[in-house]
Amino acid sequence: MRTFEFVAASSSADARALAAAGGARFYAGGTTLVDLMKADVERPWRVVDISRLPLASIEVRGDVVRIGALARNSDVAYDDAIASRFPVVSEALLSGASGQIRNAATVGGNLLQRTRCAYFRDTRWRCNKREPGSGCDALDGFNRGHAILGGSDACIATYPGDLAVALTALDARVEVEGDGGTRAVPVDAFFLQPADRPDRENVLAPGELVTAVEIDADPLFARSHYLKVRDRASFEFALASVACAVRLDGTRIAAARLALGGIATVPWRARDAEAALVGAKADDETFARAAEAALAGARARTHNAYKVELAKRAIVRALHWVCGGAA
Amino acid sequence: MAMTEPSPARAPRGAPLTLRLNGREATFEADPQTTLLDLLRDRAGLTGTKKGCDRGQCGACTVLVNRRRTLSCLALAHAHAGDDVVTIEGLADGDRLHPVQAAFVAHDAFQCGYCTPGQILSAVGVLAEGRAQTDDEIREAMSGNICRCGAYPNIVAAIAAARGAA
Repeated sequence: MRTFEFVAASSSADARALAAAGGARFYAGGTTLVDLMKADVERPWRVVDISRLPLASIEVRGDVVRIGALARNSDVAYDDAIASRFPVVSEALLSGASGQIRNAATVGGNLLQRTRCAYFRDTRWRCNKREPGSGCDALDGFNRGHAILGGSDACIATYPGDLAVALTALDARVEVEGDGGTRAVPVDAFFLQPADRPDRENVLAPGELVTAVEIDADPLFARSHYLKVRDRASFEFALASVACAVRLDGTRIAAARLALGGIATVPWRARDAEAALVGAKADDETFARAAEAALAGARARTHNAYKVELAKRAIVRALHWVCGGAA
Repeated sequence: MAMTEPSPARAPRGAPLTLRLNGREATFEADPQTTLLDLLRDRAGLTGTKKGCDRGQCGACTVLVNRRRTLSCLALAHAHAGDDVVTIEGLADGDRLHPVQAAFVAHDAFQCGYCTPGQILSAVGVLAEGRAQTDDEIREAMSGNICRCGAYPNIVAAIAAARGAA
């Protein structure tokens, strides 16, 4: 690991000032930052320790649940207010990483983990995300794990997180503190597709700090589910994942939310699929139609065409489950 | 996030760091890039905590930080100033093994032993978390600890037995 300056922040304003110059990194749980620093991919000249800031509480404020950015993934997953109102959030968190990593990883850090692939992680290969303009060796390389939605000719790395997929389905907001005060960014608008700037993954400016995530406690979200399909049963990234919530009116779907992970460059909200669900009968025919709509814009590469069918089947299975059918 | 500029030339400078290590206060001087794992092994001389992959994938470096299992290879030591850290060396009560250690011996839950300290610390954490009631739940909770010898059936049996004994 290259050397750097380590500074513990005394407040969020202090943290922002310490990171304002650019090239600095916030340290919360460390689980993804330290890994990428060892790989020589992240090379901060200063690491700002924010782990002791008082931003770890989970609070119910009327119809809104506020999760502090430094709340640990495991604490959030097992919190009663979260598990009862937003099962999809608990399930997504518990499907991610391992018990040890969930104990260290934070909600803010989880959202900010780099969108990455093996070519990004290995400095011997060309990567537009790591070195803008250098090229992308994944496009014609081994791209079995890469994105089929939201990619560009500059980058097809898959957004690897689970939590953000659930939050996208629930229209959660990311609270961002900057010099001008605090703003709330819809999760859907927080992440940026790569286009020709894959080095930019979200809307944060240098020195801006994620301080919380807010979710409206819509009754719709109590009937929600996260399905993750992967190469092994645990401690593995998604090949395809589905976050969904429904409200049923008899046998018909009155409201639906659907977001996809493991197949896109950002947490992927599937609004066309939602439109296909609302008002329709809650059966496998409807689910299949929604799945077709969700994947209509998919663009496969040499080794990841299987993800189109995998994602469709995952969507049908997740909807079947959340609508009350047998898994 | 924009890529970072190359770091300006800065001499690595050791800074003092105090934490509670196996029940005792310990002070070290450590460079910023020192991981908790390297601090334990190279500075404190506690080599029971193993460096397997050093990338958070194998679990051999698992220790308890403030009573919760975590990976010491992905933690910067200076971020843990003042924390309470327990390693395999601090688990037994004198000559009396911790119940999880005793269960690993009784159930022959290892072959080469390299992953064992991490397995045991992780298991202690799992039992403290109190959610692994069935064998399947133990397997899921322990998925962050790899055993290349494949001692998994006996590891699960040992943890189940220790849960009953606790």
